[in-house]
Amino acid sequence: MAFLEISQVRKAFAQNVVVQNVDLGIERGEFVSFLGPSGCGKTTTLRMVAGFELPTSGTIRIDGKDITHLRPNQRNVGMVFQSYALFPNMTVAENVAFGLKVAKRPAAEIGPRVEEMLNIIKLPHLATRYPFQLSGGQQQRVALARALAVKPQVLLLDEPLSALDAKIRVSLREEIRSLQRKLGITTIYVTHDQEEALSMSDRIVVMNEGRVDQVGAPFEIYNQPKTRFVASFVGTLSVLSGKVVDAASGVLEVGGQKIVAGRGFPHAKAGDVCAVSLRPEAARLEGFGGQGATTNMADRAERNSLQGTIEEVAFLGSVVRIKVRLGDNLLSLDTFNNPGVTPPERGAQATVTFSPADLLVLEGV
Amino acid sequence: MKQSRLGSWIALFIGTLYFVVPLAGTFEFSLRMRRGEYSFDAYRSVFADSAFQESFLFSCLMALATIVIGVLIVVPTAYWVQLRLRKLRPLIEFITLLPLVIPAIVIVFGYLRLYNSSSFLPMTAEIWSTNLLLAFSYVTLALPYMYRAVDTGLRSIDVRTLTEAAENLGAGWTTILFKVILPNVRTAILSGAFLTFAIVIGEFTMASLLNRPAFGPYLQLVGANRAYEPSALAVMAFVLTWACMGLINVFGRAKQIKHAP
Repeated sequence: MAFLEISQVRKAFAQNVVVQNVDLGIERGEFVSFLGPSGCGKTTTLRMVAGFELPTSGTIRIDGKDITHLRPNQRNVGMVFQSYALFPNMTVAENVAFGLKVAKRPAAEIGPRVEEMLNIIKLPHLATRYPFQLSGGQQQRVALARALAVKPQVLLLDEPLSALDAKIRVSLREEIRSLQRKLGITTIYVTHDQEEALSMSDRIVVMNEGRVDQVGAPFEIYNQPKTRFVASFVGTLSVLSGKVVDAASGVLEVGGQKIVAGRGFPHAKAGDVCAVSLRPEAARLEGFGGQGATTNMADRAERNSLQGTIEEVAFLGSVVRIKVRLGDNLLSLDTFNNPGVTPPERGAQATVTFSPADLLVLEGV
Repeated sequence: MKQSRLGSWIALFIGTLYFVVPLAGTFEFSLRMRRGEYSFDAYRSVFADSAFQESFLFSCLMALATIVIGVLIVVPTAYWVQLRLRKLRPLIEFITLLPLVIPAIVIVFGYLRLYNSSSFLPMTAEIWSTNLLLAFSYVTLALPYMYRAVDTGLRSIDVRTLTEAAENLGAGWTTILFKVILPNVRTAILSGAFLTFAIVIGEFTMASLLNRPAFGPYLQLVGANRAYEPSALAVMAFVLTWACMGLINVFGRAKQIKHAP
């Protein structure tokens, strides 16, 4: 049995079902991210764990104890909010001590604990400041310390970094992750930022329209997406549609050119229209001297090859993103920037190659 | 640009004259009690009058009671409306505006009809219960001001998230209300309290018809029988009201400084 169990949880507001029968087990000390677009039900699921929303049906258990109908103040769950939610009338130290005072812990315990938490978030010198005297990043660290001070069984973070600027976001997510590892606290992190989810999580729960589309490690979610939604939401994806020539061997005709999908088309027959997807970093542009160019003849023979016209070239610094028109399809590919080679020009003819194994045949395509 | 600024100054000058001239005239008149010279005799006379002291003290105590009852009723109501019953906001606002629409005399006749000594709840039968009834009637009169002040204060903070954050840390409703919400709307409550104080101190109709020795009926009595003392009292009432407004500003500014980014 998992430490935190969400079983068949469903939430409806009147006729509007926002969470549909979510089943999820989270192990003790695990860092799990709920990833999805706005309105996919991730925050509602988190709020049900916190106790701010009551599930329409289903159960939530922590360490075997059913907490579904417990009030938020009866659950030992810490939460960090997007808007920090620090109490404006209290100093940093008073904010951190709030939960301990409410729990009527002795003063001899509260003082050292507050000090310990402020040391952990590296802000002991700001103990007497008020929230309005702190930057956004500092406020969120205080909010984190306040949530952790009461030693919760589970830590919930609801898009905690989305109100911060990019640089602080990156440094703070590293801090949060290292703190979580240090304390070994079971954590649910809600975000719509795939980079955040991929870089921080032990596992990612990708949600769409109130359902869990896929649960897996970041590597798995990115490289083996189960649905078209997961593939398109996590990372960039090019979709190539064409007519199946040989379903078993995975031969597909795209714009009059044949390619092979390594995994075949188990649910299609010859003549069916099917689509495959490709990550930008999996494709290479022949003739362009980027690091992705194929020079080995044997390797080239095994790879799919498609002729097309370069439609767009975007120089992104370390990466050059190129879009190649292949009949009705537009294929996006990334190559590393090579300072010695000028990026190709728009309108030029190009050959794109990619491995059959990199083609994704997705459910719902 | 210059023309519009000149226009503003003229408007300000006329406005100032409109308010200051009658007041200056009243003040000047209040100093004329002694023939041939200015003196504060009228003020001395007012302060020496035991009825003034008693009625002023009575009204101050009533104002205090009104503020306490008003805060206890309005703050949880406005908080709950803000937190959970947002759809009811127009209805609550309409109800709180009723005392501005319904004349005080109508309200007090309603009270006398409902709570007279032969009714099911004879609140006018005893002095203490009549005082309580008067305090409740003042709460009703001050409701539009108190509710709006508190509601504005609550809108300036993220009530829902602060409540959830406190609840998540184990706090119950009492702790949330007294430790988290009230301190953050303290300025708004004080604004409502000072407005309530100003209203109660000068109120005549309720106190007169419930036959209580308040400051309003005393003002009327003095005004009907004396010459210079009413002017002195009018000036004192203005000063008191301005003091209340000044305190609202002081607390408002203190909050602005505290919440500055």
